[in-house]
Amino acid sequence: MKIKVFVTPKKNVLDPQGVAVGHALESLGLLGLRSTRVGKVIELELDGGDSPQFRAQLDKLCRDLLSNPVIEDYHCEITGG
Amino acid sequence: MNISVLQFPGSNCDQDAFQLFASGLGLPTRFVWHKEKRLVDTDLVVVPGGFAYGDYLRCGAIARFSPIMGAVREHAERGGLVLGICNGFQILCEAGLLPGALIRNSSLEYRCITCDLAVEDAGVAFNTRTVGRRVRMPIGHGEGNFRIDEAGLERLETNRQILLRYVDNPNGSLRSIAGIRNEEGNVFGMMPHPDRCFERFHPSRDGIKVARAVLSKRFPEILKESAA
Repeated sequence: MKIKVFVTPKKNVLDPQGVAVGHALESLGLLGLRSTRVGKVIELELDGGDSPQFRAQLDKLCRDLLSNPVIEDYHCEITGG
Repeated sequence: MNISVLQFPGSNCDQDAFQLFASGLGLPTRFVWHKEKRLVDTDLVVVPGGFAYGDYLRCGAIARFSPIMGAVREHAERGGLVLGICNGFQILCEAGLLPGALIRNSSLEYRCITCDLAVEDAGVAFNTRTVGRRVRMPIGHGEGNFRIDEAGLERLETNRQILLRYVDNPNGSLRSIAGIRNEEGNVFGMMPHPDRCFERFHPSRDGIKVARAVLSKRFPEILKESAA
């Protein structure tokens, strides 16, 4: 199965990178821009199927390693499970 | 009083931290490779600056899972002293040994300057009496912007866990926070480098005062030595 983990800065946490990218987008002529947030995508491919136990393990890995809950949110997309 | 300085792949201030304690304070100091599982006869663990694991994923995110970190956690839970400097501070936050997190500087620039810092009254060990009202220490970081939620920030203020504040905020840190301690007062973290200000040719020798204040939590007599 394939898993995409999306990690984004929390809504109420300042995202200096997002602000800078937003300014660049505006300087390239993008109008009406209200917000820019820069996050990351982590792609995993692994053997085995989806299950509640696996979801619990994945959730823990996302909280412990792939994201920092103090400053980031995450969500996962699982395909081929 | 034995000091252990951790070494991760990508640590680059390990030698500086070693010299601060070994030569600046004249204390028995050793290196501990991150693959070790045990700390031997250690009173203070120093987590030095650098770019552990290349800062991949997030600063400190991978280092916190190194084998030695289990022993560091046990040491801290027993009341043992821990000092994280710069990347070491980031690692301690990632490990949950200190609250909060450090994100990209608001300027997006890597800031490498010497900063004036206001010393806070942060308990019996680290305060304006043990350190002085102001210190001057170098910083060198791209991710020193301290962040924590509202409730966490109020807890830091109420419990007097803030050690140092920038006089002129270089990175956008909430309330100009440059260093904090845990609630129990045995784990210390700071972005400024006491390990870059202890020799005559350094911008100041305030690193000695900071290191002594940290050690005084367990060894109050060390402050008398500095007065002598």
